[in-house]
Amino acid sequence: MRTTAQVSWIAGAAAVALAATACSGGGGGSSGGGSVPGGVVRAYWGDPQNPLEPADTNEVQGGKVLDMIFRGLKIYNPDTGAAQNEVAQSITSSDQRTFTVRIKPGWKFSNGEPVNADSFINAWNYGALVTNKQLNASFFAYIDGYAAVHPNSGSPTARTMKGLKKVDDLTFTVTLIQKFSLFPDTLGYSAYYPLPKAFFSDPAAWLRKPIGNGPYVISSYTKGSKMELRKSSNFSGPDRAQNGGVDLIVYTDANTAYTDLQAGNLDVIDIIPAAQLANAPSDLSGRFINQPAGIIQTLSFPLYQANWSTPGALKVRQGISMAINRPQITQRIFNNSRTPATDWTSPVLGQQGGFSKTICGQACTYDPARAKTLIQQGGGLPGGQMTISYNADGDHKSWVDAVCNSINTVLGNNHACVGNPIGTFADFRSQVTDKKMTSAFRTGWQMDYPLIQDFLEPLYTTNGSSNDAHFSNPQFDKLANQANAAPNSAAAVSSWQDAEKILAVQMPAIPLWYQNAVGGYSARVSGVRLNSFSVPVYYRITVKS
Amino acid sequence: MGRYVIRRLLQMIPVFIGTTLLIFIMVYALGDPVSALFGDRAPDPATAAQIRHDLHLDEPLWKQYLLYMAGIFTGNFGTAFNGQPVTELMRTAFPITVRLTIVAILIEAVFGVLLGVVSGLRRRGWVDTAVLVLTLVVVSVPTFVTGYLLQLLLGVRWGVAPATVSAEAPFNELIVPGLVLAAVSLAYVTRLTRTTVAENARADYVRTAVAKGLPRHRVVGRHLLRNSLIPVVTFLGTDIGALMGGALVTERIFNIHGVGYQLYQGILRQNSPTVVGFVTILVIIFLIANLLVDLLYAVLDPRIRYA
Repeated sequence: MRTTAQVSWIAGAAAVALAATACSGGGGGSSGGGSVPGGVVRAYWGDPQNPLEPADTNEVQGGKVLDMIFRGLKIYNPDTGAAQNEVAQSITSSDQRTFTVRIKPGWKFSNGEPVNADSFINAWNYGALVTNKQLNASFFAYIDGYAAVHPNSGSPTARTMKGLKKVDDLTFTVTLIQKFSLFPDTLGYSAYYPLPKAFFSDPAAWLRKPIGNGPYVISSYTKGSKMELRKSSNFSGPDRAQNGGVDLIVYTDANTAYTDLQAGNLDVIDIIPAAQLANAPSDLSGRFINQPAGIIQTLSFPLYQANWSTPGALKVRQGISMAINRPQITQRIFNNSRTPATDWTSPVLGQQGGFSKTICGQACTYDPARAKTLIQQGGGLPGGQMTISYNADGDHKSWVDAVCNSINTVLGNNHACVGNPIGTFADFRSQVTDKKMTSAFRTGWQMDYPLIQDFLEPLYTTNGSSNDAHFSNPQFDKLANQANAAPNSAAAVSSWQDAEKILAVQMPAIPLWYQNAVGGYSARVSGVRLNSFSVPVYYRITVKS
Repeated sequence: MGRYVIRRLLQMIPVFIGTTLLIFIMVYALGDPVSALFGDRAPDPATAAQIRHDLHLDEPLWKQYLLYMAGIFTGNFGTAFNGQPVTELMRTAFPITVRLTIVAILIEAVFGVLLGVVSGLRRRGWVDTAVLVLTLVVVSVPTFVTGYLLQLLLGVRWGVAPATVSAEAPFNELIVPGLVLAAVSLAYVTRLTRTTVAENARADYVRTAVAKGLPRHRVVGRHLLRNSLIPVVTFLGTDIGALMGGALVTERIFNIHGVGYQLYQGILRQNSPTVVGFVTILVIIFLIANLLVDLLYAVLDPRIRYA
């Protein structure tokens, strides 16, 4: 990774030359495995929900584009998910609170502007400022001075965060409000991408055709229908595009995209309609992808309601968890596109990153007899009945009904658990945020970065930004602080796992299953795989001749 | 005639205000759209408050409606959540849907009237029976079934037509979707034409025309058809509005980024400016189509006069 710009540029030229020879040589009757360096990949896309600004994009469709046209200080290895330096030369700290970031020289935006300390400082200050209404503003909450630019109410008292200081052109320091040993590993997330001066001088023009420092440049963008990305000519990183470009095509419906893949009009999809999951492996003759992703689905309880926070209710929650037949539901309802959960994180973290097959243990294992006993010991379901709330505009009804069915069978009562559909996702989320839930409700978490911290801190610490259950446990908070102050990541992971063991006892949210990333591709392309964020690794796709 | 048109146009104003208000209230009743922007993550209160303030969501409903209406009269239909002005969405969506509607209406009118006249003139013959059975089948099969079936057969298996429509949506790619969209209405038009033609074939003026010794094509084309078309034209007129707003299913199947798709997405994301804006335009189209139908009556039947 530690190559200077000069060396990597030369290496790049060599790579291009090699590819060209390989191509002309391939014409002489090779086995057909040759690839066209200029070939364009046609890929599925959904209309991004928000403007394509790094700090304003929090969903996968917009994120796809940002990950192609930008490179951050760190990048998550598409195979292992580990955070590696990309634009950063080094990120160091002696006290886990003040970090010194050194940037590799020679990185350029596609318009020729250099990537320097200001590119990051300005972008981060822009993302945090409350008046810019960036959806990812809270990602900067750890930086000292965030409270001044992003007060909970009223106008900001500063426009820049005092925790960001430029040292020289390629060095800056970040001071946090508390110790956070894993902070450098979070910097691969799109909210932390740098922005060129062109963004600040004419935001409207930039938004029409965003300019970044990644392996692709946007050559044309018709909002709502198509974006053409082409290989960047002045990209300085090691992860160069191995194809000529990617055309992202907006589809109105996943079924339509799937049909187009079969008809040969599309090369890569990262969504398979639920109804097609069973026959996709044979339909696509093996060009079907089904692999773990950093998404966990859970069932949360409103711990702010008196009847769900008693010691008896604790036993009931454990009992409910044991009453859910996870393997059967993941197989029958999801055709194995989900994996039964054994902890509160995700398999993509790996054992080293904190994933565990045993932390939930007994409490996540189907055991009808013990489940019934526990629920009865706890005084039965509060009010004699429970509901599972979900948003009706998503694909949730079938599994909610199956979970209820599983619980009802265990309790021998057909009305013990019923699904409670709420019209829209927006309404559902408002009710959750406004603490209006009276019984169990579905919660899901897609990681922002592959760290155990991201699966636990926002969801289960007392002031966690997404603590929908309003779980509060002093011991958990203490271990979380201890983990953040840990001198190295192994110590941090171990503290986080200690904290996780509290969840296995308290059960504020029942882990259901890990969501897999599913996708498919045409015979025209090869080298397609999805990263741990369920997004295709576009730059590695090759187009066959 | 002129006074009649002006009166009708004036009548549109209360209808217009009433429908926009109703839609506005309905979209508002769905709840707060801002929390959905944050996905499964709890919204950051300060950012959410800022967004609500900028979209006037922190104002009472009546004030939001007034602000919205004030915007409309200056040509500002608001902004979708992805930062695109709604007028820009309309500029791309409406031409596509209009093209799709034209294809569908043409198929409906030409084949529907043709089949209707043939079966109406040969009642109880084998042609008539075949058409009746066929239309019955078409009416009873839902659009998404015909849509997916035709797409799979023509687009994927046989490869004779494009499976999906490209972003530019030229006419030739819209033939199969147009056919799917027109299918149900085609059946209605056929049956409607058949009934009125069969009825009018025994009318006095047709007998007179035949007795005068007029050639058959003139009897059918000029005397019989013109009088029989009034209910059909009424149906086609209201169908224009229905096709434009109701092409949602067809548009999703064939990946057409038209009005139906934009409405669907607007509702899903609870984006009131998109939904209210598009519905407002659809209401206007409905009203104008109805007015044109009423004026066409006078052309088809000279006995009808508007004062």
